[in-house]
Amino acid sequence: MTGASGPAVGDALPAGGAMRVMGAETEYGIHAPSAPSANATMMSARVVQAYAQVTRQRAAGGAETRWDYTDEEPLHDARGWTVDRGSAHPSQLTDQPPVLDAESVALAYGREELELDGQDESGSLLMNMVLGNGARLYVDHAHPEYSSPEVTNPRDAVAWDAAGDMVVLAAVRRLAADPALPPVNLYKNNTDNKSVSYGSHENYLMPRSVPFGDIVRGLTPFFVSRQVVCGAGRLGLGQDSSVPGFQVSQRADFFEAEVGLETTIRRPIINTRDEPHATADKYRRLHVIIGDANLSQVSSYLKFGTTALVLSLIEAGLAPKIEVYEPVTALKTVSHDTSLTAKLRLLDGRRVTALDLQWMYHEAAAKLAQDTGVGDAVDGDGHTHDVLERWATVLTQLDNDRTAAAGSVEWLAKLSLLDGYRQRDGLEWSDARLGLVDLQWSDIRPEKGLYYRMLARGRMQRVVDDSAIAAAVAEPPEDTRAFFRGKCISSFGKDVVGASWDSVIFDVPGYGRLQRVPTREPLRGTKELTGALFERYREAGPFLGELLGHNSTPPAA
Amino acid sequence: MAGQEQQQPQSRDSQVEDDIPEAPPAPPEAQASASTEGVDDLLDEIDGVLESNAEEFVRAFVQKGGQ
Repeated sequence: MTGASGPAVGDALPAGGAMRVMGAETEYGIHAPSAPSANATMMSARVVQAYAQVTRQRAAGGAETRWDYTDEEPLHDARGWTVDRGSAHPSQLTDQPPVLDAESVALAYGREELELDGQDESGSLLMNMVLGNGARLYVDHAHPEYSSPEVTNPRDAVAWDAAGDMVVLAAVRRLAADPALPPVNLYKNNTDNKSVSYGSHENYLMPRSVPFGDIVRGLTPFFVSRQVVCGAGRLGLGQDSSVPGFQVSQRADFFEAEVGLETTIRRPIINTRDEPHATADKYRRLHVIIGDANLSQVSSYLKFGTTALVLSLIEAGLAPKIEVYEPVTALKTVSHDTSLTAKLRLLDGRRVTALDLQWMYHEAAAKLAQDTGVGDAVDGDGHTHDVLERWATVLTQLDNDRTAAAGSVEWLAKLSLLDGYRQRDGLEWSDARLGLVDLQWSDIRPEKGLYYRMLARGRMQRVVDDSAIAAAVAEPPEDTRAFFRGKCISSFGKDVVGASWDSVIFDVPGYGRLQRVPTREPLRGTKELTGALFERYREAGPFLGELLGHNSTPPAA
Repeated sequence: MAGQEQQQPQSRDSQVEDDIPEAPPAPPEAQASASTEGVDDLLDEIDGVLESNAEEFVRAFVQKGGQ
């Protein structure tokens, strides 16, 4: 299923199309209906703990892998400066391990809550796991978060993101089977409709040589408009959804700035966090915070695929030369207009719809893909042609066949369900039952989640099948460094004491000190480069011996 | 942590093909009534899985801030 069918020569993927190193982060909404006042951080830790218990059944060693924070730089701004720690919002300090040991929990919430569980044998709560599929599962603020492993194309992005839903589903099942704990529900959405939003972020690797100003100019009109393809739909308008109605995007109403470093306050359309998690003078990691969490596979696929295409346009200097007047307002205008007819003003005086903007990007991306050859149906990179085709199909359907579009575009699928209820039962937009449909759409349990009920009835199109998603729960992608990370965990888990995006740390008997293996090149550490090494060794010591022995620089890194 | 548990969703009982093949075009009225029937059927099913007491359930879903 790892779909690098196009030849990835050396360190580079084919340029000009939809292939790119990318990944997804999902913060899940968390709720215990039988214990509504339960502490969210504690419940999130229980989710991580439960998954550790699930996997431990087959694991050789300990379940917790500590996150290596050495290379985290959340206050580095891509525009060229670093924010002083003292002036940063506490939620921006993501490079410090969260402190939630037994003692601090007891101090904060009392002994009773602690004794309800949530501890491992050492008495500390599990806050972080690195998984055998190369992902990270951890507690972020007051939500469980799954960060997918790095992949090279949008199809794999869908598979390893959906794998995260299966990972947390396993945890939810485990908690539901424990009579001593309240069952926990998880929702793959982005707001509680009461003024609070939580994110689903995308990450894209780019050459550092691309000027950040070009990224801002090229991406802003695209981000204002792409929600018509990949919005997840939301009941209510305004951050607190106090105005009855339905809108395209979960996130639009929570954005207040055009460009900025923050992710939790004054959220910007373009986020400038500059933590490459890779060789810093070669790469930047574009951190995209404006997307909705998607269950619809086509919306998810196009979210990653079309954004990757637009980044290729920006790198080639060929992004459409358009500037939207007041983009923060335009973002909300698009989200609040389910007819898709609202006209946005461009700085050159033209007035265009969101669909017009999407077509401008499609046209430019199709031309670049043709000129570079990556978009060829037969001889292309194996991904770009399909992304362009599906993108065009969905844009056409949004214009002239919304019933067909509802089989792939998430907000329209949700809207069709809400409209069904409104018509059958004569419900107003403010009816609580519609609020429940909006919320329960994203319940990650297939028997309760309304998206999954639609999927089971064949009403939602697929991009990947269930077996590919199940494989992505267990196995890392083969064509990025996530392969090395995941295989280290699944092969030598008991000897791995820490890991991060760009390192794996071993504590192996016989070595006097910890061995940190850097993985700063995202396209190395692949199966092609390291698969044989994993096959040769059953023990971490000899494995590290060969990996580190001959050179001072490890070959995998 | 070797070997992640593979959780197959228990209740995805129907296997759907990768891409849903397009049905041959039906006469307009037949199409419309089939689609209405499908929606009614779908809503009946969803009635059965919706949490009880919608108002209280939605009100109780309160999250702390995230990114």
